[in-house]
Amino acid sequence: MDIRRLNTVWVILMLATGATWEVGEQGFAGQLAMALLLILSFVKGRLVVLDFMGLRHAGPLWRGLLIGWLLLVSALIAIAYRIAQA
Amino acid sequence: MAELTHPTHRSSAPPGDLAIWVFILAELLAFGVFFAAYAFGRAHNVALFNEMQATLDRQAGAINTVLLITASACVARAVEAVGRARQVSGARWLLAGILCGGGFLIVKGAEYAEKFAAGINLSTNTFYMFYLSLTFFHFMHVILGLVILIALWFKTRQGAYGPADMNGIESGAAYWHMVDLVWIVLFPLVYVMR
Repeated sequence: MDIRRLNTVWVILMLATGATWEVGEQGFAGQLAMALLLILSFVKGRLVVLDFMGLRHAGPLWRGLLIGWLLLVSALIAIAYRIAQA
Repeated sequence: MAELTHPTHRSSAPPGDLAIWVFILAELLAFGVFFAAYAFGRAHNVALFNEMQATLDRQAGAINTVLLITASACVARAVEAVGRARQVSGARWLLAGILCGGGFLIVKGAEYAEKFAAGINLSTNTFYMFYLSLTFFHFMHVILGLVILIALWFKTRQGAYGPADMNGIESGAAYWHMVDLVWIVLFPLVYVMR
């Protein structure tokens, strides 16, 4: 892990948090807002897994399990929100 | 096929103790079930959830996101520093992480106090049942994560970790990052998505 990478990741996470906050401030709702929020949280979660947890250079098993968890949770949320809109 | 003939290289294993990763996975599964239950529970009560979500303090939630992510970044810098035998720097980064994590507890505590003062409790409605139980379950994990970080801080100051002995600090750091990871999903789901 190098310091520059960690700092860059922190900046990206802050920007993505700002974007998430702005979606709330603007009162965006519906499928598009839901998809945008899920993409933002996936991008953030993936960076935490790869760079903070340090799984980028670990074997594919644990990286796959954690990123798979993010994908599964995102998919379940998306399905539940689609059901709600139907 | 090459992998079958060669023993697994150390670098392919996750940082820290394998046991902590099994524990992290179990925690993530529990939170995953909680998130799905919230989302599907909402599907049956969309109007109520949207109305109640508007009563949450989104600003406090966003500030707490910044605090937890920053705490995680500090902990990652601590691990990096100790890995280069800079224990003094590592201990300072851990302390910075502990302060950010403590800040999370203060902000969340103020949010709870405001809700309790307004007479809100677990039986107020389905939304608040989910909100209070889900965020309190996470709150308890922040407390446990902070206890671990404080232990790491003491041991790092004593010089217990170094480039040749990273297991303890990497394991504790991984647990903290899990607490951060869960909140990264929780904040948009509970505070923003409608």
